Amino acid sequence: MPMTAPELITEPDPAKVVLETRGLDFFYGETQALFGVDLAVERNRITALIGPSGCGKSTLLRAINRIYALYPGQRAEGTIRLDGEDILATTHLSALRARIGMVFQKPTPFPMSIYDNVAFGVRLADKKPKAEMDGIVEHALRRAALWDEVKDQLAKSGLGLSGGQQQRLCVARGLAVSPQVLLLDEPASALDPISTAKLEQTLFELKRDVTIVMVTHNLQQASRISDHTGFLYLGRMVEFGPTDALFSKPRSTQTRDYLTGRFG
Amino acid sequence: MTGSRAMRRRLANWLFVGLCGLATAIALGLLVAILWTLVSRGISGLGLVLFTLDQPAPGSHGGLRNAIVGSLIMCGMGMAAALVIGILAGTWLAEYAPGTRAATVVRFLNDVLLSAPSILIGLFVYELLVAPFGGFSGYAGAVALAFVATPIVVRTTEDILLLQPAALREAGMALGAGRALVIRRIVWRAARTGLLTGGLLGFARISGETAPLLFTSLGNQFFNADPSQPMASLPTTIFQFALSAYDEWQSLAWAGALLIAAAVLVVNIVGRILARESHSL
Repeated sequence: MPMTAPELITEPDPAKVVLETRGLDFFYGETQALFGVDLAVERNRITALIGPSGCGKSTLLRAINRIYALYPGQRAEGTIRLDGEDILATTHLSALRARIGMVFQKPTPFPMSIYDNVAFGVRLADKKPKAEMDGIVEHALRRAALWDEVKDQLAKSGLGLSGGQQQRLCVARGLAVSPQVLLLDEPASALDPISTAKLEQTLFELKRDVTIVMVTHNLQQASRISDHTGFLYLGRMVEFGPTDALFSKPRSTQTRDYLTGRFG
Repeated sequence: MTGSRAMRRRLANWLFVGLCGLATAIALGLLVAILWTLVSRGISGLGLVLFTLDQPAPGSHGGLRNAIVGSLIMCGMGMAAALVIGILAGTWLAEYAPGTRAATVVRFLNDVLLSAPSILIGLFVYELLVAPFGGFSGYAGAVALAFVATPIVVRTTEDILLLQPAALREAGMALGAGRALVIRRIVWRAARTGLLTGGLLGFARISGETAPLLFTSLGNQFFNADPSQPMASLPTTIFQFALSAYDEWQSLAWAGALLIAAAVLVVNIVGRILARESHSL
């Protein structure tokens, strides 16, 4: 575990909540996948979402940046607020998504150079002078702990990197547009243990300037790096609270059964 | 008991492997026979004059310059049109229309066009462009070839785009990019090897098409680089020469056939190399 002084994590402080969902319902056509989900994400914290497959973790994540809107028939009801702004009501999806980065389960490097991968999102917003862009790319790669490994091959294809490097490239690509929130959907499930450790270390350091929400199947991972954890089951938020408390003294029997491996 | 069953299985396995091998040998044997005939009959006609002289009158020496140039012009124009229309239509099918009734109808019609006899396409273009405008022309030939190549490009484009992972599109849009930009900058790029293959398949197909050109570009025994006039092409010239009684013409027909086969081979190899290089970027 990182060598920081133990810090007492409590329930999310309403004053520090940057992202929250209230009574969120989600539908895939006729099928309801989320039922009145409440979630409060505190600024500069890592919030983990755990639960068995199909419980709605990824759905919740995909509602937050409204990526589901690509698919006709999928819809969300309720409220999601980012900095007080109602996300479900906004019509500026591109602007919204630039404020919320997303990293997927499988690495998704674009078929272009490492440099262009990182610059992609920045170039969408405006055209920057080369020197400034170089700085942004380097800074993003450094924050994703990838710079030292790729600084001499920025012109090479992002597809040539290892899986772990590709995933950190995706993190860097998301960071380059300076999002407030970074969503990660099982970011380490396709990575080996060493790459996973490196990614976790990166995320832990990132929370100084970005808020992270992460879906994970790996309970150890959730307990290692997250500050708050939510347990979802059958589309409902069964329990949400400080990670230490949820893992050591779960209030709900369902949570306890899941954590002890009785189902899921 | 178990021994005999194992024996039977082994026999069945040998039999099956043997049949597969035999079928492969027949297919490959035919291919080799075709190529061998093509090379042995055509090689003697290959030479510089093939590219520098136009088709000769019966009994005199000549080349296929007029037919080669005509084929290049018409295939080039036809392919350019087919690539633009085919890639855009395939993109619409794969990216914008999935699940809609319109997509089902368009896909079905495209498949019909894909298997339509090419002589029908020639007749259609004759009615469309030749009869009303009073004459055979290279343009009409190019349009007919485009009709043949477009459904191939549409089909391969749709197939190859659907193979691209949804997460790739979502990753682009999660950064704030619009749908059109994600398609142009990310999806097409990721699929470029497949798109290229579609183009090559289309080119390979139309470079040997004769029927669509018979009623459209007609053919021309003289050199002509003006597509508004009747134009010679390799397949129609081969058709004409191969049926003739003159040895000189027959030998040119074989050389022309070899030339088409070699061109398709070269285009395919170049395409593979380009695809590999684009992948390594």
